[in-house]
Amino acid sequence: MKIAVCIKRVPVMEVKFAIAAGGTRVDENGLKYDVNDFDLWAVEAALQLKEKANAGEVVVISIGPDAAQEQIRKTLAMGADRAVLLKADALPADGLAVARALAAELKDGAYDLVLFGRIAIDSSNQMTGPMVAELLNLPCVTNVSKLEIAGGKGTAHRTLEGATEVVEFPLPALLTVDEGLNKERLPSLKGIMAAKKKTLEVKVPQFGESRVTITKMQLPPERAAGRILGDSSAAVPELVRLLQTEAKVL
Amino acid sequence: MANILIFAESRAGDLRKVALEATTGARKLADMSGGGNVHAVLAGAAGIASKADALAQHGADKVLVLEHAGFTQYNPEALAATIAELMKSGGYRYAVFSASAQGRDLSPRVAAKLGVGLVADVTHFSLDGETIVAQHPVNTGKVIATLSLTGSPSILSLRPSAFQPEVNAKPLVSEAITASVDPSASRVKVIELKQGNTGKIDLGDAPIIIAGGRGLKAPENFKLVEDLADAFGNAAVGATRAVTDEGWRPHSDQIGQTGRNVSPSLYIAVGISGAIQHLAGMRTSHTIVAINKDKDAPIFKIADYGIVGDAFEIVPVLTEAIRKAKA
Ligand SMILES: Cc1cc2nc3c(=O)[nH]c(=O)nc-3n(C[C@H](O)[C@H](O)[C@H](O)COP(=O)(O)OP(=O)(O)OC[C@H]3O[C@@H](n4cnc5c(N)ncnc54)[C@H](O)[C@@H]3O)c2cc1C
Ligand SMILES: Nc1ncnc2c1ncn2[C@@H]1O[C@H](COP(=O)(O)O)[C@@H](O)[C@H]1O
Repeated sequence: MKIAVCIKRVPVMEVKFAIAAGGTRVDENGLKYDVNDFDLWAVEAALQLKEKANAGEVVVISIGPDAAQEQIRKTLAMGADRAVLLKADALPADGLAVARALAAELKDGAYDLVLFGRIAIDSSNQMTGPMVAELLNLPCVTNVSKLEIAGGKGTAHRTLEGATEVVEFPLPALLTVDEGLNKERLPSLKGIMAAKKKTLEVKVPQFGESRVTITKMQLPPERAAGRILGDSSAAVPELVRLLQTEAKVL
Repeated sequence: MANILIFAESRAGDLRKVALEATTGARKLADMSGGGNVHAVLAGAAGIASKADALAQHGADKVLVLEHAGFTQYNPEALAATIAELMKSGGYRYAVFSASAQGRDLSPRVAAKLGVGLVADVTHFSLDGETIVAQHPVNTGKVIATLSLTGSPSILSLRPSAFQPEVNAKPLVSEAITASVDPSASRVKVIELKQGNTGKIDLGDAPIIIAGGRGLKAPENFKLVEDLADAFGNAAVGATRAVTDEGWRPHSDQIGQTGRNVSPSLYIAVGISGAIQHLAGMRTSHTIVAINKDKDAPIFKIADYGIVGDAFEIVPVLTEAIRKAKA
């Protein structure tokens, strides 16, 4: 099994974001970064498949700034074999441009499986995986929360709103990973040491034209502080009254 | 004057509410452009044509009906190919999808086939000439990006519940069409659809959500929130990741950063601390009520109304009061 996993460096979200001067970017001062959660689950899925087959290679690919090497090293420490950084200081807002650059890198890789996260929690685009699948003409299943692969075929559970689809597909294929498929392993000390020696190739991405531009970034309106109505069921009548007369949701 | 193609999402032979939202959104876009036609693609097994009228009622000028056994289940490959062909042959200026699981699977495929731009999960849009200017929440809803989308055609997917269905009746005009590729020849095949809480209202469609957290302490105690939901009649039950991780509720009930994004008119959080990853999925709810015994729980920072106390004492009384209010 030769498996590629596309991972993205994203800000850790437990902060109060600020908008940088110019109003079209988030202020990066003070932000911490990690691998996108969904991409960690994709890496974990790849490692488990390789371990089960007792053979193969897991290649991690990321488009990002030089600093993304840190996130790439984390996945190498988890057990991925080698990595490619498509170095770009700024990412296009057009998901198709990102997809084009990833597709170009994946194209001649002869991968049996290409794994993506369902969504990058910063862009929240949820489009890169299926776009790359189209560009490479690969069978594609999105939102995978359960996966079995055997004999050149796969069966996946695809999560929908309040339902699940059971989907069959032939290999090679491209999947996007949803929560629930697995829990990612922590890199071991041995893994961290080994990762330092693994190959991390740096290349230049080919985005092509971008049709999407960010014209403004803003913080959502703050919710006004609410009211505490009481400390027991004695507050219920007042709550019901407010829901009827003030919030008008009853 | 821009003509628009929309994808009208269905599941197991039923139109989903998001299909009406997409129709409503597309109608608005057509009207903004100075009046154009809205054509809806409705795909399914034989009989799906009977759902066309609901689309006309919400502003579709024509419904293109794609009936084939190969569309009994969601068939992304045949749909993407057919919609991309229609976009080319029909000269549509825009395509509108729902940012639902189906729409977010299908719209990127169509955009990539056509080599055009897609803006996803749109909460608000306007036109600047022919350029779409759209808002889209990023960074788990903590930042709102405004994006401009150029090129023709261009594609949007609309966040569920951000555009409520509006009646705007047009005479029903429908046309049977055929797929541009053989729908039975797709490589990816959905072999089964496991419906979750059948008969229950989906989280995305529910105007009211009662969500339970670890504070409920055991799976059987979800009866408390289920009963409250029943008292409302039009409410769905959601959960936190602490709860889905424990296996007390299925993952499909999870609300938050890695679960569902919802914005009902009323969200009642019971025994939920209000971790940032949970807030990411529900902070845009219209009215938020929190019931938690810890007065310092972060959920109270975003709740409109709070009761600091024991859910096991408060919720049954609330359920009774709602039953009476609804009677
Ligand atoms: C990458 C990542 C992604 C995540 N994604 C999500 C997500 O999508 N959705 C999500 O929900 N979480 C998510 N989480 C988890 C999140 O950080 C929290 O751990 C989780 O939301 C906590 O759930 P909870 O509020 O049910 O539990 P807790 O935080 O344990 O809170 C339980 C609350 O119940 C209260 N309580 C206890 N007893 C009672 C009682 N008798 N009456 C009233 N109140 C009582 C307590 O005071 C407490 O506030 C994610 C975490 C990570 C790291
Ligand atoms: N810059 C990037 N580098 C590598 N992979 C990416 C990048 N951006 C997105 N992806 C992949 O595409 C998935 C979905 O991202 P998005 O479409 O931006 O929500 C992510 O989970 C990653 O697997």
